[in-house]
Amino acid sequence: MLGGNLLANYGESIAMILFGIGFSNLLLQRNLIKKILGLNIMDTAIYLFLAQKGYIMGRAAPIVVDGVQSVEAYINPVPSGLVLTGIVVSVSVTALMLSLTIRLYRRYRTLDLDEISARIKKEHQKN
Amino acid sequence: MKHDRFDRWLHGERDSLLNRVELRPQLEYAPSEEELQKIQEEHAFLREKVFQLEQNYKLRLFQRLYRVAAVVFCIVFTSIMLITVSWLPKAGDPSNPANPDSNEVSARYIERGLQETGAVNIVTGMILDYRAFDTFGESNVLFVATITVMILLRGSSGQEEEPDNQLHPGREDVILMKVAGLLVPVILIFGIYVILNGHLSPGGGFSGGTIIGAGLILYVNAFGFANIQRFFTEKTYKIICFCALTFYCLAKSYSFYTGANHLDSGIPLGTPGAILSSGLILPLNICVGLVVACTMYAFYALFRKGGF
Repeated sequence: MLGGNLLANYGESIAMILFGIGFSNLLLQRNLIKKILGLNIMDTAIYLFLAQKGYIMGRAAPIVVDGVQSVEAYINPVPSGLVLTGIVVSVSVTALMLSLTIRLYRRYRTLDLDEISARIKKEHQKN
Repeated sequence: MKHDRFDRWLHGERDSLLNRVELRPQLEYAPSEEELQKIQEEHAFLREKVFQLEQNYKLRLFQRLYRVAAVVFCIVFTSIMLITVSWLPKAGDPSNPANPDSNEVSARYIERGLQETGAVNIVTGMILDYRAFDTFGESNVLFVATITVMILLRGSSGQEEEPDNQLHPGREDVILMKVAGLLVPVILIFGIYVILNGHLSPGGGFSGGTIIGAGLILYVNAFGFANIQRFFTEKTYKIICFCALTFYCLAKSYSFYTGANHLDSGIPLGTPGAILSSGLILPLNICVGLVVACTMYAFYALFRKGGF
């Protein structure tokens, strides 16, 4: 069942474990801010995974030095660009989630998701 | 008249659509005493009846089941992904299918990137020339996120918030002010250096913009909002972002008129390695850097006091 490359791919393994930690944070925490932290840990895991996929042993970063332009000299430039995109989107999404959390806090005076949903339910029953 | 209205809107004096169409400012959240009391009572009720786990047997059962199920799910999920990782090709192996040795796209970026984009930094050449629309979308995502945060945080400022800038002075901390006075110019110059050298060395608009944003945040923390408003206000933010995004859009959207088949700019690429080379990449890097710097500072200002 287990393939042979788990230890050789230790970077990817760590990325997946980090992803699991972030995901369990997302499921188990009741505090909204901690949920957002969990989502950010998941983002970071994805960056680590992408950076690991683009890395090639013994090769340099993709900046042309001394006019060397053979594929044997540089690592894969595509994942680096993808990580850049991911970071930008994650910053925006985090800001958006935090501002929504602030709005929820102003309305319900709590960050506990269970309490917020209980109160929303109660409001619905009243109407 | 119309022109005048647009002008006033541009300078942020007055929202020209206010009270004309069905667009009203959000009501301020100002709970009365009764409302506050009710919220307190509800809070106490929920604490006592619903979350008092000794009394609420069902909820206790559900919470336990939920926790167990969540932990089991996470463990199963992580192990499935670890098993997948164990079957992936070895990390760092050149024969990896996505790597330049066997993938046409990345091989082309490396082999022809310098000739086609003029950028020594292949990643910059990739994101600002081959994939320039992608980066344009990213800058717009940042801009839209700032605007959304602005809408969400403003207009509903509760009583605890003071719109007056005089109430947000700097910390008046001598050590912080001295250190910031030394550091901020260096940080800003380093950020500008990273932006301008984006096509020659590691860095570019995103990282340089973040450095400048960090410098601005340090400045605000040391000297207060009253000082930064002498040169950076919401109007400045609007104008900078608008100009940068519009320039980016115009600089790249011509390719739709040429059949949308390539992003060739027609500007001579210059000698690789010179600062004025690689066509449109340098101006586009500056645009991206400006947008990112403004966005970073805007996020900080918005979360700190709900406005600029």
